[in-house]
This record gives sequence, C-alpha cells and structure tokens, in this order.
Amino acid sequence: MIGVNKWFGDFHVLKDIELTVRAGERVVICGPSGSGKSTVVRCINRLEAHETGLIRVDGIELTDDARSVAAIRSEVGMVFQQFNLFPHLTVLENLMLGPMKARGLSRADAEARARRYLDRVRIPEQADKRPGRLSGGQQQRVAIARSLCMEPKVMLFDEPTSALDPEMISEVLDVMVELAEDGMTMVVVTHEMGFARKVADKMVFMDAGEIVETGPPETFFANPSSERCRTFLGQILHH
Amino acid sequence: MGRMRTPVALLLPFLLLAGCASSSTWGWYVVNPMTPAGWTNLKFLMNGMGATILISLIAAAISIGLGLVVALPGLSHRRWLRILNRIYVEFVRSIPLLPMLFWVFYGLPLVFRAMGLNIPIDPFWGAIITLAISDSAFTAEIYRAGIQSIAKGQTEAAQTIGLNYVQTMRHVILPQAIRRILPPLANQFIYIVKMSAFASVIGMQELTRRANELVVTEYRPLEIYSFLILEYLVLVLVISAGVRWLERRMGADERG
Ligand SMILES: Nc1ncnc2c1ncn2[C@@H]1O[C@H](COP(=O)(O)OP(=O)(O)O)[C@@H](O)[C@H]1O
Ligand SMILES: [Mg+2]
Repeated sequence: MIGVNKWFGDFHVLKDIELTVRAGERVVICGPSGSGKSTVVRCINRLEAHETGLIRVDGIELTDDARSVAAIRSEVGMVFQQFNLFPHLTVLENLMLGPMKARGLSRADAEARARRYLDRVRIPEQADKRPGRLSGGQQQRVAIARSLCMEPKVMLFDEPTSALDPEMISEVLDVMVELAEDGMTMVVVTHEMGFARKVADKMVFMDAGEIVETGPPETFFANPSSERCRTFLGQILHH
Repeated sequence: MGRMRTPVALLLPFLLLAGCASSSTWGWYVVNPMTPAGWTNLKFLMNGMGATILISLIAAAISIGLGLVVALPGLSHRRWLRILNRIYVEFVRSIPLLPMLFWVFYGLPLVFRAMGLNIPIDPFWGAIITLAISDSAFTAEIYRAGIQSIAKGQTEAAQTIGLNYVQTMRHVILPQAIRRILPPLANQFIYIVKMSAFASVIGMQELTRRANELVVTEYRPLEIYSFLILEYLVLVLVISAGVRWLERRMGADERG
C-alpha cells in the first residue's frame, strides 16, 4: 500500500497509509477502536474502495476493474470478527462452496479439500452440522478453514477473537499460530498481544486513520517511540 | 386441535346458512347435490375451479420470476438502476386491476398490431398477464426487503471466497432470503387467487363467471354467491395450510 487515502463522506478515515507486507511475513495491526484498522484490511480485498494511492497484491494493482478485484480476491483470504458463516449450509458445504463455484473443482475434490482443512483446524467431526450448532470458537475455526480452502497467498484477520468468550480465544489463536509456523503470509488486526509477540514479524500501531508507528515486536513493545503508542500499550497490557 | 379452530370458526356461518335449507326464503335446492338439477348446477360451478387455480398459479409463477428481476436493480449501488426499480414499482402499484385488465385485453392487441405483430390475447392469457404484472410490483418489494435483511456480512464473506454476483445471490443470499420471503409471498398468492375473479368480466370461465351465469338462469343470487364465497374460502384455507407446512419444513431444515 502506497499513500492510500480514503474518506467516508467528509470523514478522512485513512491518511497516507504506507504498508508493505512481504511474502511469508506476519504483520499485526493494533490501535484504538475507530482508528481505521478494519478499513485498512478491508481495502486490501476491495470490500472498501480506496480513493487515492496504490494497493498492489502479488504484483496485481487493485483498480475499479472487476478483473483486478477478482484476481486479488483469489489470492487473499479473509476472516471476520463475526465469522459470517453461511447459516443455511452445513460446515462442509460452507467449505466446498468457494472451491466448487469460484474455482470449478469437482464435488469430490472440493470435499476432499474441505475435509483436509477441517482436520487442520481440528474439527473434522463437525462436518455435517450447521454453523449455528457450533460454539463461537469452532465457528471461527470453520471460517478460517473456509478461507484456507481457497488456498490464498495472504490471509487477513479482522479481530478474529473479539467476538469470542475468553475460554475459546486460545483454540482459535493456536490454529493461527500453526498457520504462521507453516509460513502463511498474514495481516492480523488484534489486541491479543501474547499472540503478537509470538508470531509477528512486524507491528503496526494505528491511531486516527494514520500509521503512527511500525517496527519489529522487540522494539515495539520494549520502547515505542510515540507517546500515543505507549499510552495504548500501557492500557491494553495492564488489563 | 387448536389449529383446527380457525377454519371451523370460519366455516360456521355457512353451516348455519346451510341449516336454513328448508326455510322458504332460502333456495339451497339450486346447489343441492341430492337432486339431479342441483348436482348439475354444482358441477357447473365447481368446474370453474380448474381455471381459477391455473390462472392463479401461472400468474404467480410469472410474478415470482418478474418480481426478482425488478427487485435486483433496486438493490444496486448504481443510482439509475434504483430509480428504474422505483418507477416500475410505483407505476404498476398505482394502476387499479380492472382498468389494467381492460387495457391488456382490449388495448394490448392493438399495440401489437401497430407494431406489425399478430398476437391475439384470449381471456386466459389476458388475465394471467394482468395479474402477473400487477402482482410483480408487490413481489419485487417483498424480495427487496427480504434480501436487504440478510446481513451485509454474508455478501462480504461470499465475495472473499471469490463468488461473483450471480453465485452470491444463488447460493448465499436467496436461499436465506426465501425463508423470510415465503410468508409474504404466500399472502400475495392469496391476493392473486382473489383478484383472478376479475377475469370473469373479460369472459374467462372461472369460478365467478360461472356463478354469474348461473344466477342469470336460476335467479338465486344469495345461495349461489354464498357458495361462490365458500369456494374461495376453501381455496385460500388450503393454500394457507400448504404454506404453513412449507414453513415448518424449511424451519426444520434451518435448525438441522
Ligand atoms: N461504512 C462506513 N461509513 C461511514 N463511516 C465508517 C464506515 N465504516 C467505518 N466508518 C468509520 O471509520 C472509522 C474507522 O473504522 P474502522 O476501520 O472500523 O476502525 P477500527 O477497525 O480501527 O475500529 C470509524 O470512525 C468508523 O466509524
Ligand atoms: Mg474494526
């Protein structure tokens, strides 16, 4: 992302965002609520359109052209805070829909792939249930598996554990840590600083639509250079 | 037991009326199945059922398809498509059914002829076209509300796994929307069944037309029109029961 700006009406939500994510890199974005973290992530796969600046994913520039949007979405997976599973389909069907319809896989191939990723998020036994029957943690793991089924090069996570009961957070984070260990490129919006310390290659702190501070986690946590970041970290680390 | 109470209560007035069959002011003999003449009249009246049902079904099927086609532009982020949707809905909704029926039956063939086409419109298709178009404005609004009620997150999730617009509608939005759309859509079907009575004025041999014709020969308007109302009542009750059954099945599907 180079010099990305975005407005909601008169409200300048993103101000000159510069962010580079290298292949295999794990970037964690944090910052107070309303600072524009979700909007940054949603711009990367065109759920929101940016107004100025450049967004490039794997060499493809994101423009109004539907082909560039489709090409980028096929490389970028996304996990939402609210899971957004399809309630009328079973877990397995949730996972098979994308591969079959967007990728043209046969039913058998799609099912094999779906079961493989369900194994990976450790809930193979829930395949035939509807999402509404699962716990929040299980639903979020299904959502992760659904994204993985599209075999993306980059995974975006927008506060994946914020809607979960505390006892379910770790089961989701464990899956994400494994994913990181397998070398997936990840952009994660989260306040889980334990997770950030463990997997992040780069920390990003946002406030009021700006990237205030970026850096490797060691220096980021040990001595943040900006006052705003220090205050923020002080608040969330003491809770 | 509780579910039976409503239909029974609704049928009660007719049972009371039927109880008056012997009284001199009532002439239920016109539709008394025990007498040959009454049986013939009864068959004549009820033979209109097929036409009423067929017209209503075809009109409803067209309206359900047309309504979706009209609704989708109304959900677009492009302003001119939304305006197109508003114009259609407001225009069609404001035309009373009977004038529209006359226009389609008597006027539309002339329009076709002016265009060099020879498309005759018989009462059957005249009624269907009118009912379908008139109803489609309402169906379109039902679709729009139903689709809008599905969370934005569902569309976004579908987009992130690479589904295009048509696939998103077909596999994600409509299957969910249909559960919310079905009850109001069923009400619209009941509306169509009732409005199909207007087809009688362009000569369609459906329930109402036959009742009118029998009244002219038998001079028994009270009994014959009472029976006519009973026929519509039974039709509507059967449809309602069918819809409830469908809803229950879909509800079970959802929970599964
Ligand atoms: N669709 C929208 N229309 C108008 N304002 C929005 C919209 N989405 C987000 N915003 C505003 O943009 C700001 C940034 O939102 P967001 O990116 O969700 O922040 P964060 O994820 O950091 O909490 C917030 O002030 C929010 O109210
Ligand atoms: Mg957010």
